[in-house]
Amino acid sequence: MKKDKSDLSRRNFFKTGAIIAGGITATLALSSVNGLLFASEPPKRKGKWYGIGIDINKCIGCGKCANACKLENNVPQEPFYFRSWVEQYTINNDGTIKVESPNGGINGFQQSIPDEDIFKSFFVPKMCNHCSKSPCTQVCPVGATFETPEGIVLVDEKYCIGCGYCIQACPYGCRYKHPEKGTTDKCTLCIHRLKKGLQPACFEICPTQARIYGDLNDPLSNINYFLKNHTCMVIKPHLNTGSKLFYNALSPEVR
Amino acid sequence: MEQHYQNLHEVLSQVVGYIYPNEIELNWSILIVLYPYITGLVAGAFILASLERIFKVHILKPTYVLALLTALSFLLVATMPLISHLGKPFRAYEIMITPHISSAMAIFGFVYLWYLMVVLVLEIWFDYRRDLVLWANETTGFKRFLYKTLALWSTDISPKAIALDNKIGYIITVIGVPSAFLLHGYVGFIFGSIKANPWWSTVLMPVIFLFSAMVSGIALVMLIYIIITKVRKQVIDMNCLDTIAKYLFYILIIDFVLEGLDQIHRIYEAEESFEALHELVFGKLFFTLFIMQGLLGTIVPLITLGAFQFYKPKEQTRKLIYLVITVLILIGIFFMRWNVVIGGQLFSKSFYGYTDFKIELIGAEGYLMAFFWLVVPFVILSFLLWLLPPWKKIDVDHDI
Ligand code: SF4
Ligand code: SF4
Repeated sequence: MKKDKSDLSRRNFFKTGAIIAGGITATLALSSVNGLLFASEPPKRKGKWYGIGIDINKCIGCGKCANACKLENNVPQEPFYFRSWVEQYTINNDGTIKVESPNGGINGFQQSIPDEDIFKSFFVPKMCNHCSKSPCTQVCPVGATFETPEGIVLVDEKYCIGCGYCIQACPYGCRYKHPEKGTTDKCTLCIHRLKKGLQPACFEICPTQARIYGDLNDPLSNINYFLKNHTCMVIKPHLNTGSKLFYNALSPEVR
Repeated sequence: MEQHYQNLHEVLSQVVGYIYPNEIELNWSILIVLYPYITGLVAGAFILASLERIFKVHILKPTYVLALLTALSFLLVATMPLISHLGKPFRAYEIMITPHISSAMAIFGFVYLWYLMVVLVLEIWFDYRRDLVLWANETTGFKRFLYKTLALWSTDISPKAIALDNKIGYIITVIGVPSAFLLHGYVGFIFGSIKANPWWSTVLMPVIFLFSAMVSGIALVMLIYIIITKVRKQVIDMNCLDTIAKYLFYILIIDFVLEGLDQIHRIYEAEESFEALHELVFGKLFFTLFIMQGLLGTIVPLITLGAFQFYKPKEQTRKLIYLVITVLILIGIFFMRWNVVIGGQLFSKSFYGYTDFKIELIGAEGYLMAFFWLVVPFVILSFLLWLLPPWKKIDVDHDI
């Protein structure tokens, strides 16, 4: 019996040893493939790490955010180029779904379906998710798309060759090729304003404060308060993009 | 620019259902259809040539050099559609200088250069060296100078030197086959690795691209061989043609099975995107997918080539049928690329709607431009055939 026990403990020792060794190897191996898992850098444990929250219950579909974005960032006025837009979802009593975003919602919305046929209707503001494992960063052949240490995904327009690969790779349709510049353009979270201590244009203008942003690494930040107090989801979680745009009250119809 | 916006407004009025507002414009147009098409022809032609050299299918000898020259002519223009479609074409070199290694596209420059310089050019050079030396002796003036330069001023054509040429050529071909696989499998990976796009994102994509490349490359060499022999008023080597047709048949079967497998897999798994893709296939892609790619480009050639394995009609009829079949295959594979590249952008990633595709006649991404890039390789090939006529070459015995 005794012998058995010591055998057992020895076996356990080897087992634990193997697990530890395996663990170390796995960690080492994993940290070296981090570059693949996270297209840019894995989340920083220190410093600012921006995240965004949108409270769908509060959005009234005025489209002021989409408009402010175009004005602030010189986005072409034609209705084919958006850094930020609003979608209107209408779920009818018969189960059919209608989605609309005329001119990105800049001119507001008109409901074409009679009230009595509507089961529910809501607005979903969209913008770049500033993904932490962003497919757009991963595919850029020259590294013109990159992620700042604060977790903002940007395009260096002096460097972009305009191949459009990132546009294909973004699952959320957040990028467009600038018709005049020939380079790709997208939401910068108004980094030029953030640097001056101002809010991004779309956040500042929102009359109902449906949009929140802040430092995910700061437990006391607005965004963490929002995340703690609401049941939040990202869009297309199965794609594992590490999206940092969290929606409260997100319906499964939203894609 | 005004015209561009006008077009987009027209497309906007054609949109069905809901698409993300940035999706109205198709970013990858006809030039990106040409890119995998042309690289596929290169890889296929090269693989046909290596059948003769490595696998010692000597019956294919009449097409060996022709296949290599065809591959070279097409490879020389392969990058052009890609570069001319860039928003900033003059920055293209950045891909080579500062490649971002996690990007599938970044490797293209290297794969391309490796293939062009190390494999194709070297193989052709070693194959032609003796002839270049001899031709330099036979000609005068500028042509003599040209041949001398092309031979890099080497003059040794002793049996020993020739044997060495032959050996090196063989080694290069051995390296070349996986390189050709790499070149085209890799082009498939550019599409297959985009998880955002369910029409592209499949592990089978590189393999499908590879086999369709072989199909198209072999068909192209067959076609060129038939035409050139006719133009030169020579006799077509029917044994050779029948053998190529046999290989074409086998590879076409594999290609067909792979594509079928991919579709069956999609249908059976019926993921989130299934309804959207189903509607795409039976709607906007119906003609190009079922008629052009499926029926004309695959089924008809498959049945005809299959029938030839059992019953062979008269030579004259067979030649004519081969001519038609190869053209059909070339069209079919073109539409296969079209269905991948354009088809993958016609549906919204929200799966709620479809955009439309409007292509202009003129302009940087118009039909004329595409046509131009398809004609240039033939011009290059004609020049190469004039400069390095395979029929004037001394036969190299590849049995080393
Ligand atoms: S939402 Fe699109 S553009 Fe923004 S980081 Fe993610 S993949 Fe890139
Ligand atoms: S379009 Fe520009 S940012 Fe996008 S992948 Fe190409 S080079 Fe990178």
